[in-house]
Amino acid sequence: MKRVPWIPICIIATMVIMALFAPLLAPYSPIDQTLPDKLLPPVWVEGGRQEYIFGTDAFGRDILSRLIFGARVSLIIALLALTAGGGIGLVIGIVAGYVGGVVDTILMRLVDAAFTFPAILFALLLAVTMGQGLGTLVIAIGLLLWASFARIIRGEVLALKQRDFVALARVRGCSAPRIMLTHILPNVLNTFVVLVTLNIGVVIIAEASLSFLGAGVPPPTPTWGLMISDGRGRIADAWWISLIPGIAITLLVLSVNLFGDWLRDRLDPRLRQL
Amino acid sequence: MKRYIVRRLLQGLVLLCMVATIVFFLGRLTGNPVDLMLPEDATAEDRASMIKTLGLDGPLHEQFFLFVGHALQGDLGMSIRMRQPATEAFFSRLPNTLAIIPWALVLAMGVGIPLGVVAARNRGGLIDRAAGTIAVLGIAMPSFWLGILLIFVFSIELGWLPSGRMGGPAHYVLPVITLSAFLVAGFMRLVRSAMLEVMDSEFAKLARIKGLSETIVIWKHCLRNALIPVLTLWGVFVGNLITGAIITETVFAWPGIGRLTYEAVIFRDFPLLQAIIILKSVLILGINLLVDILYAYVDPRIRLT
Amino acid sequence: MTGGEMTGDVILEVRDLHTHFFLRRGVVKAVDGVSFSVRRGEVLGLVGESGCGKSVTALSVMRLLPQGGARIVQGQVLLNGENLLDKTPREMREIRGSGISMILQDPQTSLNPVFTIGEQLREAIFRRTRGRKSEIMREAAAALCRVEIAAPEQRLGQFPHEMSGGMKQRVVGAIAMSGRPEMLIADEPTTALDVTIQLQYLKLLKRLQQETGMAILFITHDFGVVARMCDRVAVMYAGRIVECGPVRAVFDHPSHPYTQALIASVPKMTGTTERLATIEGQPPSLMDLPAGCRFAARCPHAEQRCHDTYPHAFAVGAEHTADCWRLAAA
Repeated sequence: MKRVPWIPICIIATMVIMALFAPLLAPYSPIDQTLPDKLLPPVWVEGGRQEYIFGTDAFGRDILSRLIFGARVSLIIALLALTAGGGIGLVIGIVAGYVGGVVDTILMRLVDAAFTFPAILFALLLAVTMGQGLGTLVIAIGLLLWASFARIIRGEVLALKQRDFVALARVRGCSAPRIMLTHILPNVLNTFVVLVTLNIGVVIIAEASLSFLGAGVPPPTPTWGLMISDGRGRIADAWWISLIPGIAITLLVLSVNLFGDWLRDRLDPRLRQL
Repeated sequence: MKRYIVRRLLQGLVLLCMVATIVFFLGRLTGNPVDLMLPEDATAEDRASMIKTLGLDGPLHEQFFLFVGHALQGDLGMSIRMRQPATEAFFSRLPNTLAIIPWALVLAMGVGIPLGVVAARNRGGLIDRAAGTIAVLGIAMPSFWLGILLIFVFSIELGWLPSGRMGGPAHYVLPVITLSAFLVAGFMRLVRSAMLEVMDSEFAKLARIKGLSETIVIWKHCLRNALIPVLTLWGVFVGNLITGAIITETVFAWPGIGRLTYEAVIFRDFPLLQAIIILKSVLILGINLLVDILYAYVDPRIRLT
Repeated sequence: MTGGEMTGDVILEVRDLHTHFFLRRGVVKAVDGVSFSVRRGEVLGLVGESGCGKSVTALSVMRLLPQGGARIVQGQVLLNGENLLDKTPREMREIRGSGISMILQDPQTSLNPVFTIGEQLREAIFRRTRGRKSEIMREAAAALCRVEIAAPEQRLGQFPHEMSGGMKQRVVGAIAMSGRPEMLIADEPTTALDVTIQLQYLKLLKRLQQETGMAILFITHDFGVVARMCDRVAVMYAGRIVECGPVRAVFDHPSHPYTQALIASVPKMTGTTERLATIEGQPPSLMDLPAGCRFAARCPHAEQRCHDTYPHAFAVGAEHTADCWRLAAA
């Protein structure tokens, strides 16, 4: 895949712009209810109105505006979760790989456990015990990620450990933390970046799923998952409430995955196994 | 071989302990575990008796022993909303989930594996790229949205299939498709990359030297070896199905443990959720153990270790 | 380059074979104009260092080149007078196994790890004789017996990983010969075996060859093996054959500088040896071959004409030729 994936890049850029400039771009407030205008179909369907391009939901809220603000919420959560989960995974991977021995064994057992056990369930448990909210959601999604990051980074570190510049650093008397920070870390950053891009899609869908299940950010904050959940009951007469946000999610995740694949091929083709 | 099984069993038990510990601590995290365990209209007596049952007036490790003790006896607490033992609620719904999971697995393999083989043979060609697109789509679409979309098209617009609830064969179609969608992509990619490795291997060459037809070389010699990495991930896949069932059953109002999980979350039914997590863990670990045994059977090299 | 006039019955004749690998970086001319013949019942050795194109030649003859990128662009491969390159895939399948067969180099990877030895033999035998399972299994046991494997019935139920390398390679031999091929290609069959086992295996091959009268194209990088096994030898360098002739003749009168260097670098067991002789330099890249003699860059006797034009084959003796300009004067 040598060609730069322009379409996915454009889509991603559009979403990012939507997220950054939401208040400027959205025609209406995402949470204001205008009941007289409720359940209007999108503009291209009979009965639709030009003021509401994608129609309105059961509370008269403009779908397009909610979509735009929802992008912001989703992307913020994705960013936070990736930083948290990815960051922890990075650290654990480096430590496990470099230090080795018992530490490595224990940490890798934890990683195995995380892999065997579906993290979504823990996310749900967290939502119930700690209450719904941004923090809970970020922790929960971060839990999904750290294990795969840790495992792959550890692999890289194991290979790096053998390289001469590490041995040289040790000979010079560098302490282990120093080596890990100044020598190992910069060399795994490539892989880390690729992992991050490949996992954005996972995070977005995880957030949407958790929101759908009622364990995400509480209403009235619009998230795409919540929008789909709202529209479920009315699928027969107001399909646009559920279907349009879903198209947005699919397009974004598709674009991110295609972009991530291209980036991986350029930066670190060895990760192809993923 | 026996040592291998025993080792896997022990590993599974260790994992289970870890899960139970984490669940236990999460329950105690919030500072007021009694509120989690009781409905809102609980009386002072209810609270007192709950505190006694959980040993909340004692030190933490005693609470833990009580917890484990109860669990081993099969008592995982009382569902707040359903007012029945959590284990009862779980096992009554379990068969319904077990009814669709095998079908989803069969569908995912039946579509994903041949697709992977064909894509590998056709490397770089039209079929390969088409299969790749299907795979990517399968991963990008959130499964709950796919379910809703299918309901919209097939139930509401076309009226061919029912939109939910358990029932006759027609009721199975959409939930099974939704559940398997994500997995098809996984199988396809795995098989494709495994096949690409195997197709130019030395033993494939030897098979061709023998004069065997390319079909046999691919479908018998290569695929058999390509399935080995698939098998190692089978446990993960089935785990994915069990969690995916949460969403699918919710969308289709299917009365299984997935939907039970959803209800537990919505109604903040902590005891039930706690029980579900532990029991699901047992289920998943059990399946993983079976998969490991199956793997040893399929790959004779493992049997020696 | 055909090694002079061929008398006797020729079973395999390769004429001007060119096999190229089309990679993104360029074209690798792995086999670049190779011609040789093998008579019935004789063992022709194909010698050269790694990467000179020996294995690719073998795979080209069998038409088993890896998919994607490799192609035979020119030449003829005549088995019993019929050009294999014209055959349809189905016809080739018929020929493989019974007309011409091959032993691969690494016994660890050439047997399928998930099937028993018996099953892998059964497939090979079944192609020739459709019989009942018990008959086929008897044949399989007999095949194992022929390659000197003890307790063959037990071995049939075993998996490859339960056997040693030497035994696996015998199984590979049994599979290769189960179709009673007239022509066998052995691609470095002992390279991956323990040194102590190598000799046994070579003796086995020699015995089987004498019993069945099949012809063997024996590929190796080891001149010692050539001396033991082969009747004639062809020396290959950078995609071409540079010298060809009866083993005795080539050993006694190596005429191409490369051959001379190869023979000189084999450690001698007799007399005093001060240093191991090596050949300086590296073979040319197969993507970027020089116009003249390919050995010229490393040759101690190279002249200007060597760099300019590729030498023809010059006769050195009876059926003994070498491609070297220095022979032109003779």
